[in-house]
Amino acid sequence: MSIRERAAGFGLNEDEFDLVERHLGREPNALEAGVFGALWSEHCGYKNSRPLLRRLPTEGPQVLQGPGENAGVVDVGDGWAVAFKMESHNHPSAVEPVQGAATGVGGILRDIFAMGARPVAVLDSLRFGEPTEARNRFLLHGVVEGISLYGNAIGVPTVGGEIAFHPCYQENPLVNVMALGLLRHDELKRGTVGEVGNSLIYVGSKTGRDGLGGAVFASADLSEASDADRPAVQVGDPFMEKLLLEACLEAYARGLVAGVQDMGAAGLSSSVAEMAHRAELGVDLYLDRVPRREEGMSALEVMLSESQERMLLTATPGREEDLLALLEHWELDAHVIGVVKPHGRLRLYEGQHLVGDLPVAALNEPPTYIREGVEDEEVVRLRSTPVDVPETADPAGALLRLLESPTVASKEAVYRRYDHQVMTNTVVLPGQADAAVLRIKGSPLGVAATVDCNARYVRLEPRLGAAHAVAEAARNLSCVGATPLGVTDNLNFGNPYLPEVYYQLEEAIEGLRDACLALGTPVTGGNVSLYNQYRDGTGYRAIHPTPTVGMVGVLPDATRRATMGLKRDGDRILLIGEAAGELGASEMLYRLHGLELGAPPALDLEREAAVQRLVRGLVQEGVCDTAHDISEGGLAVALAEMAMAGGRGLDASLPSEPGVRDDALLFGEAPARVLLAVPGESAAERAEALCRAAGVPCLRLGVSGGDALRLRTARGAFAVPLASLLAAYHRPLSEALG
Amino acid sequence: MTIAVVRFPGSNCDDDARHAFEFVLGAPVRYVWHRDTALGRVDAVVLPGGFSYGDYLRGGALAALSPVMEAVRRFAERGGPVLGICNGWQILTEARLLPGQLARNPSLHFKCQDVHLRVERDDLLFTRHYRKGQVLRVPIAHNEGRFYADAETLTRIEDGGRVAFRYVDAGGLETVEANANGSAHAIAGVVNERGNVLGMMPHPERAVEALLGSTDGAPLLRGVLDHLAGSRPSA
Repeated sequence: MSIRERAAGFGLNEDEFDLVERHLGREPNALEAGVFGALWSEHCGYKNSRPLLRRLPTEGPQVLQGPGENAGVVDVGDGWAVAFKMESHNHPSAVEPVQGAATGVGGILRDIFAMGARPVAVLDSLRFGEPTEARNRFLLHGVVEGISLYGNAIGVPTVGGEIAFHPCYQENPLVNVMALGLLRHDELKRGTVGEVGNSLIYVGSKTGRDGLGGAVFASADLSEASDADRPAVQVGDPFMEKLLLEACLEAYARGLVAGVQDMGAAGLSSSVAEMAHRAELGVDLYLDRVPRREEGMSALEVMLSESQERMLLTATPGREEDLLALLEHWELDAHVIGVVKPHGRLRLYEGQHLVGDLPVAALNEPPTYIREGVEDEEVVRLRSTPVDVPETADPAGALLRLLESPTVASKEAVYRRYDHQVMTNTVVLPGQADAAVLRIKGSPLGVAATVDCNARYVRLEPRLGAAHAVAEAARNLSCVGATPLGVTDNLNFGNPYLPEVYYQLEEAIEGLRDACLALGTPVTGGNVSLYNQYRDGTGYRAIHPTPTVGMVGVLPDATRRATMGLKRDGDRILLIGEAAGELGASEMLYRLHGLELGAPPALDLEREAAVQRLVRGLVQEGVCDTAHDISEGGLAVALAEMAMAGGRGLDASLPSEPGVRDDALLFGEAPARVLLAVPGESAAERAEALCRAAGVPCLRLGVSGGDALRLRTARGAFAVPLASLLAAYHRPLSEALG
Repeated sequence: MTIAVVRFPGSNCDDDARHAFEFVLGAPVRYVWHRDTALGRVDAVVLPGGFSYGDYLRGGALAALSPVMEAVRRFAERGGPVLGICNGWQILTEARLLPGQLARNPSLHFKCQDVHLRVERDDLLFTRHYRKGQVLRVPIAHNEGRFYADAETLTRIEDGGRVAFRYVDAGGLETVEANANGSAHAIAGVVNERGNVLGMMPHPERAVEALLGSTDGAPLLRGVLDHLAGSRPSA
């Protein structure tokens, strides 16, 4: 078969193959076609999403590094900066959950220390089918095991995250991992080859056939045949990565490194091509110097291997020997495999033979496609369907059923398996608040982080739903007292060639843009994961569009922070924002009535910003140490969570409003709402005064105390003992994880 | 006065131990690399937590064979204080500096949570700032923390009064539930016969600052420093 006939096997369509020929001025050989195919794959080249991603706001005074590097970096003050990024490992985790998730953690941590930062925290956003099914429990078990074995062993705490369950993720779970690293401004590193004459140093694990073609694998639909792709999943070695991490950080500190990049998707091909491209230079690469763990690997296999725990460094000119000695001290395998040239080409040699000659710029500039999106008629119909369900006669029972929703339920059974305290920076632990908080040693500052997405909202109205994800993430940060600084997004969607999916993607990006602009949180990087759908005999099953938002913020003083648990008896419980929520697209409608319809709640971004400013102001001022965002399950669930987290009850009356159903009051959802608990009358008055000044409603709901959740509406009152709440809340995940 | 923190490849609580001793308690720390054959002039040795050599074989099994362990053994034989935390305790048992073994948790899963410990001895250099029977709240984070020893060894440990800490509930009582990893006799920490080598699964170095939730581990580290300074136990 000719190379042209084999183009599809390299991941290139006919037009793309023509383009490769035009760039080369000749037909590519198999090696060249394979490298082009991998770098122009969706996973590496973002060919369907790049034009849309350009619409996202990426600038702000706090941004030290925006998209285009291994991770984004924001200034947090006092000369400190945070590098952060989120990335998906969905397809590998569907096939081999333990290693899929483990290598997801390993990969994102390498991105962080490639920026010169010491990784300080991991958060995960996970999606599975319902845990009542064995396959989903198998995936959940495996993914949790993988995150745990990698994160715990390398010694970076897993401090937070979210897990949601829905049948649409049955065959295609989502595993999005976010990592944060800490650095001083002057420690920022970049992925560049530096200058002509520099050596390229390969360090870490040897190259094998594992993960071969992973970038192409990640860019295709999953099908029953995917199990045969098992070798496309890599195996993680956190021990090796710990050595790499320490060696790299020490090498940076000693000024030995000019540029650094990890070998992620498409392995050596992408790391060399990207580093050369950023410097606008070329590289001569000697493939026979690449250390291998298998015999008889072809040049293409070496170029595309996704073996884990490998980094590419360029030494500071004149310090190459020192760098190699340091890597040896850390018992790492390091080899000079290339040299930087002015020719702007990626030239591949085997011995003396030139076996591939590729233009660096073209490798990094894949063709991009702008498609025509069309909204799915079925979604239009669902969105405009009025919510018409009988009002519940048993609000206490409804509350317990919502707490038992695995999406709402406690994730304690999961995070107990993660070391969340190693590095001794974790000020707010998992389960305590809406966001994790880390201190910065030797500084009063705190760093907060969260991940969020309500995919049901996004499915029913992509633009609004994606804006909600940003708003809720920022609200989460504000509830611990942090000022939001920046976003990393992980766009999990189906096949972009389907007009309905492309529509979701385009609209969701518009929604992210709306909210990021309004809330002052530029996007500094992220990841696009397409083809998240499963093909079986009956056709496609698409996931809900899931644009996961990871956000970081800063606390001026880590000792002034809020958590959700009620801390004292007699605290005043205040509701900031409107009392009633919407039933459309709510968790209540889904869990109690099996319906996913209606429009998501409206989002007034100005009101949202005002509420968030107010809440973090009260926390930073020291007026309030107890705050909780109201999300899935509404006011009643949020109040129950505050009671459970604090181990004490509360007594609250919800105001009646004409035409508002009790279940909308109790379980309805709406943005721009936060619950506070403040000690004493003067604190409550201070909060009320600030709300009046900001034009935001503030209602006194009641007081903390007792051993039950007591709620009163105009129609009556009910009480649920704390012990019953806790039993319901903890059951789903402790059962699922055994 | 200098505290040596031994770094094995894969140690990951080395910096936490350094931070606790150096920045919280003000005692200089020196890192010692696992291939070093001498400790140099140091006054106490800490084997920190982590996953030495990835713990791919068995927690601490390979680290126990590191060159530095011979120096640690000599240091311990001379009476120098040695504190092994988590993986550090596993290494000390593998090196036979302490009795027994640390086996997989009964759940077969990693477990990270606060536990309550009852102080069983207050006359050790490590525990001189605690009262016997005092209940501490300190975090654990491990996969292989279930203390195990054969009946004869257990008798020897108990008869010799070598249990430093036991897992208990908040009220100080031994219960099945409070014994978070199913350890024999709820043992959370053990000393050698001479009392200068302590191994424990809970992490005192994670409990030295109020900002992080508990300061109950600080008196243990301060006990080592005060012992070295030759001061009398405070009342």
